[in-house]
Amino acid sequence: MEKCRRLNAPFLEKEASNLRAGDEILLSGVIYTARDAAHKRMSEALARNEKLKVDLSGAVIFYAGPAPARPGEPMGSIGPTTSYRMDPYTLLLLELGVKGMIGKGERSEDVVSSMKKNGAVYLGATGGIAALLARTIVASRVLDYEDLGPEALRELEVRDMPLVVLIDSLGNSMYREGPAKYGKNGK
Amino acid sequence: MRQVPAEQVTETVERLFIEANYHLPPDMVSVLEKGEREEQNPVAKSVFRTILENRRVASEGKFPLCQDCGMAVVFLDMGQETAVTGGNLENAVNEGVRRAYDKGYLRKSIVGEPLFERKNTGDNTPAILHVRVVPGERVAITVAPKGAGSENMSALAMLSPAAGPEGVERFVIETVRKAGPNPCPPIVVGVGVGSDFEGVAELAKRALLRPAESSSSHPRYAALEAELLRKINDLGIGAAGYGGTVTALGVNIEWAPTHIACMPVAVNLCCHANRHCSAEI
Repeated sequence: MEKCRRLNAPFLEKEASNLRAGDEILLSGVIYTARDAAHKRMSEALARNEKLKVDLSGAVIFYAGPAPARPGEPMGSIGPTTSYRMDPYTLLLLELGVKGMIGKGERSEDVVSSMKKNGAVYLGATGGIAALLARTIVASRVLDYEDLGPEALRELEVRDMPLVVLIDSLGNSMYREGPAKYGKNGK
Repeated sequence: MRQVPAEQVTETVERLFIEANYHLPPDMVSVLEKGEREEQNPVAKSVFRTILENRRVASEGKFPLCQDCGMAVVFLDMGQETAVTGGNLENAVNEGVRRAYDKGYLRKSIVGEPLFERKNTGDNTPAILHVRVVPGERVAITVAPKGAGSENMSALAMLSPAAGPEGVERFVIETVRKAGPNPCPPIVVGVGVGSDFEGVAELAKRALLRPAESSSSHPRYAALEAELLRKINDLGIGAAGYGGTVTALGVNIEWAPTHIACMPVAVNLCCHANRHCSAEI
């Protein structure tokens, strides 16, 4: 990770626009965890015109449901879940100011179009290195939906979380470029 | 008749689930080390290094290998000369799961009713329990916590017998191609061929228990495994889907007799955290 750049969350469209697919970054600052059930709750709350407990302006959402923390640890093992399941809820969140998403796997065309329109980026954490990622979490608290257990909406303070830009705000995708270069099947 | 107390089943299941979630089996470590050596894409190579480092940190016993500590899949071979005493077998297994996921600080990932309410059961039960009654006295338990990222990318097809080995090959490769980065490659590919609709899925899951580098004892299936591994790696998906020459660490096929009109095939994908752990009582 010698060419890593540092990024602080929350961030604005201008900072997001400097990132390119394939860039390795170290993310610090405040981010939020929300996955399947929390996205459903947030979208239902927004449909009822309720205010969320998370400030979406410039927010980075990590699609993650951590393992429970041991006593004295801020966090248990944590890593990305597959992002496509959040696609149906993501368009609205991007319209409301979300600038970064952390997950793994492809996104829908609709999500990529909205990322381009709203100047947002999709960041990748490697799946299945959850013990290592846990050590980049400095503090954690549940913001809402505590009854969802691992799926609760959490605020995390992170330091130097290693990520890769998977899809940038121009719509370039690392998932297209990498496999195209190493595949031997001519597709 | 031999007697095994239900509490002993519970304790064994508890110990195995904690062990499986913190310690990657040696066969997986060996294929990951080999993958790291062989991978051509520097970015994917560094993913391999990170996975191996993660495995080392997890083995210290504080952080499980993955936050998705899986559905609690249990394969139990029950010797017919043995009776479980002092409790019900299924309850004993579920109690072991409950204790492991609590004491081991493992994530509870199970929702009860799946469609409308989707409420977390809070203790990772119920287990997915496969019991076989076998000759003799031994009770053999294998646990295989299974993450959803790769489970969701798995697939089953009722092919026509005329589709032949080429049809099976196409279906397996297409399943892996469509899965792309989602199942957390590098993956292990479990394939079931034959049996019936529900039987073929279990064959595919059992195939994941075989060491990743092992070959089928049937030479033609062994050749098909090797061919599939080569073709899957030619897809170029690579570790984490970042592009690369090592997408699968192994392809394991299990087969069983089937109906004259049938050729079921199931593909159960597993991420690089192909966790499984066994014990005998």
